[in-house]
Amino acid sequence: MIPSKKVKSKTIRRNRLIGYSFLLPNIIGFLLFILLPVLASFVMSFTSWNGFGKIDFIGLSNYKQLLDDTNFKISFVNSILFMLISVPVTLFISVLIAVALNQGIRFVKVFRTAVFLPYVTATIAVAAVWQLIFNPSLGPINGTLLRLGIENPPGWLSDPSWALVSVSIVYIWHSIGYYMILFLAGLQSIPDYLYEAADLDGAGKVSKFFHITLPMLSPVLFFTTIIGVINSFKVFDLIYVLTGGGPGRSTHVLVYDIYNTAFKQFEYGYASAMAYVLFLVILVISILQFMGQRKWVND
Amino acid sequence: MNTVTEVPVYIPQVKKRKISGGKIGKYLVIILVSLTMVLPFVWMLSASLKAETEIFGFPIKWIPETFQWDNYTKVWTTVPFGLYYLNTLKIAVITTILVVINSSLAGYAFAKIKFPERNRLFFIYIATMMIPYQVMMIPQFMLMSKLGLVNSHWALIILGTFSPFGVFLFRQFFLSIPDELLEAARIDGLSEFGIYWRIVLPLSKPAIATLVIFSFMHAWNDFLGPLIYLTSDRLYTLQLGIQHFITEYNTEYSLLMAAAVSAIVPTIIVYFLAQDHFIKGVANTGIK
Repeated sequence: MIPSKKVKSKTIRRNRLIGYSFLLPNIIGFLLFILLPVLASFVMSFTSWNGFGKIDFIGLSNYKQLLDDTNFKISFVNSILFMLISVPVTLFISVLIAVALNQGIRFVKVFRTAVFLPYVTATIAVAAVWQLIFNPSLGPINGTLLRLGIENPPGWLSDPSWALVSVSIVYIWHSIGYYMILFLAGLQSIPDYLYEAADLDGAGKVSKFFHITLPMLSPVLFFTTIIGVINSFKVFDLIYVLTGGGPGRSTHVLVYDIYNTAFKQFEYGYASAMAYVLFLVILVISILQFMGQRKWVND
Repeated sequence: MNTVTEVPVYIPQVKKRKISGGKIGKYLVIILVSLTMVLPFVWMLSASLKAETEIFGFPIKWIPETFQWDNYTKVWTTVPFGLYYLNTLKIAVITTILVVINSSLAGYAFAKIKFPERNRLFFIYIATMMIPYQVMMIPQFMLMSKLGLVNSHWALIILGTFSPFGVFLFRQFFLSIPDELLEAARIDGLSEFGIYWRIVLPLSKPAIATLVIFSFMHAWNDFLGPLIYLTSDRLYTLQLGIQHFITEYNTEYSLLMAAAVSAIVPTIIVYFLAQDHFIKGVANTGIK
């Protein structure tokens, strides 16, 4: 029986009513605390507002000013550098461990727990420990390096040319577990018969890795690269505690700059423009990755 | 990306026993990485029980000369650490309860009720998940200050409650529950809310567990939120409280370590208790 138009529109009305009553609490919050702020900061990025008084629209001035802002340029470059250091290394190590763990090793659960442990602990506590571990004159790392006969070990967090690398090391250490789990899940979904067929063809381990494992893992690799890039741009807690953006401006990154501009200097309009540039950068990189996806990602 | 498949817990079987060079290499890599992961924690724990002068001794002494339990007493008495604990617990628990109710209701509408704007609305929800927090941070703050909620825990609780991620998680999970089950209940005269409450929710324990863990951990470990919203010391969360030992008690590293250990113990316990849920959650929500 085909329902008549009248019955159909009645069902639609009824479902709409039920649907929205389920959604109601969430949709109010979503509109008020997510969608409205996203739009409001876009509008604010064209103003010179500082939170008080009249709102002056200044067109694209904020964005033009960003082009001449050395501080912003440094943060921008640092954010890109941080991504270029941390994302490939994190993904490489995570794949390595996931592949190793997936090959019938004993005590898998123990190792998995160990690798995932940093990810569940608060970055603040983690940063506090690493600050001491990196201590240039007394810390255990340089202590060991000196013992090994390296006479001038790096100053790590206190050395402008090493600080960003040091923060990356802590960041990588903290996030490897997360990506490892994603890769393990990906590896588990590769059907065994592919490897069995390769065995019959007499394929070696290396060849199996490059011709089966890697191509089958490519969708996960693609996804983790996207997430990894986005996450690397959002690193704030570690920078705040480990270096405070220093020494000099060597670890000043975009989100740190946005926080300072908004909540230390109260330049809401300018900070909003910075936030939108950050958003744009993330968006463009993600789009480029999606475009490049066809070349290397298996469906 | 519209189905969440149950992924098994990742404990691959031991297939064969044969000691080869490759195998030793594998173990070497894994043991090395695992040690790198765990040693900072051991170092932190050991430093938290040492006398100040002993912390940086070399070669590293993993077991303190004499255990300085006093460090922990000092942490809990020089600053109101117990209060920070309660504050953090309060925010984490209330946020978690609200986010589960709120997200499961919305997820139900998106998965199980057919109305015309449904998919478009859901798309907008998902799209905002890609937007970095910094983009909403400033207007959210201004809104909260208009509502008089700055310097109160409620700002953090409210913001934590509206998470598109939770909605996404529940919607994906609900899709895997067959419609026939709901249809049968409708015929039996159960109301839509009754179906949600008595049939769908009890079937969704894995999704609830995942969101509970994620949301609890997130609220517990959050730093930027409390940093923006909380100014009075009596409202501080643990993550802000630790700051006291970084900035003011600059030289007392043993206290800092004791504070850090105190702050991470609950999350580590939660992790060990709910490890499989946690790992399944990461795998299920990460892979589309």
